[in-house]
Amino acid sequence: MTKRLEEKFGGAFLIAAALFFVVIMPSLNAFTSPDSALHISGFTLNLFGKFLAYAILALGLDLVWGYTGILSLGHGVFFGLGAYCMGMYLSLAIGAEGVYKSALPDFLVWNQVKELPLFWKPFYSFPFTLLAVVTVPALFAAGFGYLTFRTRIRGVYFAIITQALALSVWLVFNRNEMNLGGTNGLTGFKKILGLELNSAATQRGLYIATAIVLCGAYLLCRWIVSSRAGRILLAIRDAENRVLYSGYTPSNYKLFVFTVSAALAGVAGALYAPQVGIITPGRIGVLPSIEMVIWVAVGGRGTLIGAIVGAITVNWARSYLTSSFPDYWLYFQGGMFILVVHFMPDGIVGLVRRLPEFAKKLMSKRNRSGPSPSGDPSAAGD
Amino acid sequence: MANTILFMEDVSVTFDGFKALNKLNFSVDYGELRCVIGPNGAGKTTLLDVVTGKIRPDSGSVIFKETTHLDRMQQEEIANAGIGRKFQTPTIYENLTVRDNLELSAKQDKTVKAMLFGGITGPVSAKVNETLGIIGLEAKQSWRAGLLAHGEKQWLEIGMVVVQDPDLLLVDEPVAGMTESETQNTADLLKRIAEERSVLVIEHDMNFVHEIAKRVTVLHEGAVICEGSIDYVHADEQVIELYLGRG
Ligand SMILES: Nc1ncnc2c1ncn2[C@@H]1O[C@H](COP(=O)(O)OP(=O)(O)OP(=O)(O)O)[C@@H](O)[C@H]1O
Ligand SMILES: [Mg+2]
Repeated sequence: MTKRLEEKFGGAFLIAAALFFVVIMPSLNAFTSPDSALHISGFTLNLFGKFLAYAILALGLDLVWGYTGILSLGHGVFFGLGAYCMGMYLSLAIGAEGVYKSALPDFLVWNQVKELPLFWKPFYSFPFTLLAVVTVPALFAAGFGYLTFRTRIRGVYFAIITQALALSVWLVFNRNEMNLGGTNGLTGFKKILGLELNSAATQRGLYIATAIVLCGAYLLCRWIVSSRAGRILLAIRDAENRVLYSGYTPSNYKLFVFTVSAALAGVAGALYAPQVGIITPGRIGVLPSIEMVIWVAVGGRGTLIGAIVGAITVNWARSYLTSSFPDYWLYFQGGMFILVVHFMPDGIVGLVRRLPEFAKKLMSKRNRSGPSPSGDPSAAGD
Repeated sequence: MANTILFMEDVSVTFDGFKALNKLNFSVDYGELRCVIGPNGAGKTTLLDVVTGKIRPDSGSVIFKETTHLDRMQQEEIANAGIGRKFQTPTIYENLTVRDNLELSAKQDKTVKAMLFGGITGPVSAKVNETLGIIGLEAKQSWRAGLLAHGEKQWLEIGMVVVQDPDLLLVDEPVAGMTESETQNTADLLKRIAEERSVLVIEHDMNFVHEIAKRVTVLHEGAVICEGSIDYVHADEQVIELYLGRG
């Protein structure tokens, strides 16, 4: 029943949602007067820009965790790599307008570095930066994945190793000797592509870019999971040994999906940095990486839409609660996670999907019209 | 040796000083349906692990079709060389349809690229249809595999191995936990499958072994202690004492 409803209205719903985020939200920001009830403030739009960037990451994480069953507790690293690449471009774009009026970013002057480190130089170029935000995290993930998947490290062991990765990368980025701003990270950005970064129009443009990239990321993930390779991902999740004995090399599939996922995380980070205006090692570490997993769990793992819903819902709740009850957010997040794991294993999306079933049960109880027919045994696709 | 599809010589496997296989000599002929029996811990599953490349033997050689040295190959290479394995507990893709389970298992290009960009070819589809008929799950082909009954899951997994079109099929305790009629169906299924390939079945259920096997090998403490027709094995003193005598 639910399946048929989804088939009928799923596509229309997705198109409506895409239109809402890409066209309607920014229009309500640009073309309505601030007094109007329909007006969306620059602040809110910017907030959603951040949420949608997180949603891009959540999609990739869901591919890895929800579909393939590989729990990664280190996706903050790939997010951070993308964000830092963009941050380096934005830092260089400040030019000599920083506090010290030097062509070098302020923190380098403060660190008494006389010349721009070599690895910074390519980030003067915006096209290079765009390339880097995808390839740097992807290559890093491919290298890391090659070493771990080849050696058949699985399950909890893999999760622990990714956590160790997050911790060590966090430590490295905290060091001033890295010339990446240490604990304070990269900030003080002023311009992007010659435009004033803080102007309402630029921020709106960044929001729209994020919404469009999210749509693209969704289509990419959808294409992957509905291909035959997508079935293999599910098969690996359900019975990896069977896949192996059927003549597949599961480690290649894992490597592929992990790399795609890291690239999406990197793109998310690159969209995050100019909208939030700062990237610090705090976004890379163990804790943010775990939070990312919670987004996917809350939204519903193993469904693409769930990843998006989770990232937006949790972060929305977070920004509401941290401004209203700053002390309680962590408890709330922990409580929410436990609640989801115990009572809604399929997350919000799973709950919504079961609503018609609940309604039917309720109705049949009321009518006392004998036993209700059991569920449709045919498989539910995504 | 010219007539053997699987040839194992002097194969030893040690776990923490315990010899799970002890200088095992064992072979299976082309087109044969062979049963391996033996008490718990005799090394039966270990034997399959060695053949499929899951465990590397400490010593000895494992040769497939006269020239292929299995003890030097990766598990997926061995699968692609023509050896299929049905696990002891049903191992299927619970969240895919019955049909998908078979389609993914069929012989085809299994690289990421091919699976990402390619569709299902006609021959694969035909092979899947044929296999659905053999395992009797045509009517349930669009079911989610996790919803099948235990026996049906076992048949599905057998189907998944058959659709790979292996020359040698290894089956570990296929009727454990099955009802009597399911056991009978499984016996018929395996006999039919064995018409076109070599099959090696590990089983505890003596009635079942009686039903399907021509030749039986008895394994004990990692070595073959007796081999021959079912009646011959039944009559062997040592076997009676070791295994059959215990019921
Ligand atoms: N990975 C392992 N590590 C240590 N010991 C093992 C391992 N695998 C098997 N063994 C031991 O090797 C012996 C042979 O095990 P195997 O699983 O081959 O027996 P089996 O004949 O299949 O028994 P069953 O009828 O119970 O399935 C057993 O004593 C078992 O405890
Ligand atoms: Mg066994």
